[in-house]
Amino acid sequence: MTAFDFAFWVLATVAVVAALGVVLLRDLFRAALLLIVALMAVAGVYVTLHADFLAAVQVLLYAGAIAILIVFAIMLTRDVAQGNPFNSLHPVALAVSALLLVSLLWAVLATDWQKSFLPPLEPTTGPIADILFETYVLPFEIASLLLLAALVGAIVLAREK
Amino acid sequence: MPRVWDNFVYNWLAGFLQDWVAFLIMGIVVMAIILNFLALLVMVLQYMDRRLIARFQVRFGPNRVGPSGLLQPIADTIKLLTKEDLRPRLADPLVFTLAPLVVFLGGTLAFAVIPFNRSGFLADLNVGILYIFAITSLGAVGIFMAGWSSNNKYSLFGAMRAVAQLVAYEVPVVVSILGVVLITESLSLVDIVEKRDIPLILLQPLGFLIYLAAATAEVGRPPFDLLEAESELIAGYHTEYNGMRWALLQLGEYVATFAVAAVVTTLFLGGWKGPGPAVLGYVWFMLKALFVYLLILWVRASLPRVRIDQLMGFAWKFLLPLALLNVFITAAEALMWPDFPWLLVPVNIAIALGLVVLWSSLFQLRAYRKVEA
Repeated sequence: MTAFDFAFWVLATVAVVAALGVVLLRDLFRAALLLIVALMAVAGVYVTLHADFLAAVQVLLYAGAIAILIVFAIMLTRDVAQGNPFNSLHPVALAVSALLLVSLLWAVLATDWQKSFLPPLEPTTGPIADILFETYVLPFEIASLLLLAALVGAIVLAREK
Repeated sequence: MPRVWDNFVYNWLAGFLQDWVAFLIMGIVVMAIILNFLALLVMVLQYMDRRLIARFQVRFGPNRVGPSGLLQPIADTIKLLTKEDLRPRLADPLVFTLAPLVVFLGGTLAFAVIPFNRSGFLADLNVGILYIFAITSLGAVGIFMAGWSSNNKYSLFGAMRAVAQLVAYEVPVVVSILGVVLITESLSLVDIVEKRDIPLILLQPLGFLIYLAAATAEVGRPPFDLLEAESELIAGYHTEYNGMRWALLQLGEYVATFAVAAVVTTLFLGGWKGPGPAVLGYVWFMLKALFVYLLILWVRASLPRVRIDQLMGFAWKFLLPLALLNVFITAAEALMWPDFPWLLVPVNIAIALGLVVLWSSLFQLRAYRKVEA
């Protein structure tokens, strides 16, 4: 077992346990904190895969910005201290998530994954930029435009009259 | 590129251990050195802070314990260590305990990639500068944990302000260093220092000013310390903390501020470069970083605390447009003169001054929209 394998198993265990905590804990605030732990562990997995740029961006955007906004949103919800309220949707939720789990497992196991035996790229930032701004520049610009539209829309919605 | 631990100790360890075990041991040793260095440094910084702020305010500052009060930090540390460990009964015990650690880690982990000398760093990441921004933004999670778990409305207000401030200032911080990245064509801190012979502040004066202002706000130092505005919020997120936990929170704040000074030194002031033999690199780096720290201290002593609407307006209406303009101008220069000749130094300084003056005349801190009841 190499150091990378060891690191992968540690990080994977942390990610899965934290993700279970996010779903199972009744305390919403602790669940959100565990979400940050899970996202950080995934960033660690990226590091073991030599995807350094992706790892840094994962921490910067997901753990640093999005998770903080989620915590912010939780803080503004009513009755946080009581945790998640009960409701009668348990069987439906169980069915939907079981369906999702089965389809995801099937997709992962049935796919014939292509393995590359090339040495990992180092550094990855340049190649990512080349692909993003040359080959896929049109989808990139469309995504930017979409985000801009969403931003303007959010401001219009949030503005008081 | 040699790492700081690629020396005879590592080779000796690697002789009879697995490669990665030796790697791990050396990593832990260097981390312990950095941690102790930071803890001692904070004592010095804190003493400097108190003495100099006192000087600014025509007072004496600590001057009783030891010669010129030099032993004051040690006395303070002993006091904090021996204090009773109090925790509010309704606080969330686990989160309350972990919060100071997260705040401290957010600042400390940045020093893993900061090059103190040509080979004086723990790791040279290809995405070093991104890593620093990512890891320091985790400090805000710690502040939020502290504010929320204290179960105290003033703590919560402080935490809310901290998060709003961080989310707003993260944007100009990241955009302002894009100019440096454009010039040096690298995200690695070691490459950034080595790429150019002149300090980049000469080519990027506007980026330097924006980064310094925005980063000061991001770590919540005065005049941007709304998250612990004592006249409004008692002490903000650390109202309920005392003893060693409070000390850890303070340690985290000082380390984060020094991390800002270290990043400014690396990006804009040429890092370890300076005349003399290579060993002097450490000295040059520390001198430059302490100078930047003094600059932050000077601003703190000179300006009153800003209001929350001024704070947000400053980030979105002042710093962000200027940072975007800076990226645009630098990109145009990189296309036309990829070598960045000396002639660009006065041009860029003139552009920076002109833009700051122009924007200041357009932007009024006092103007804010009245909210109709």
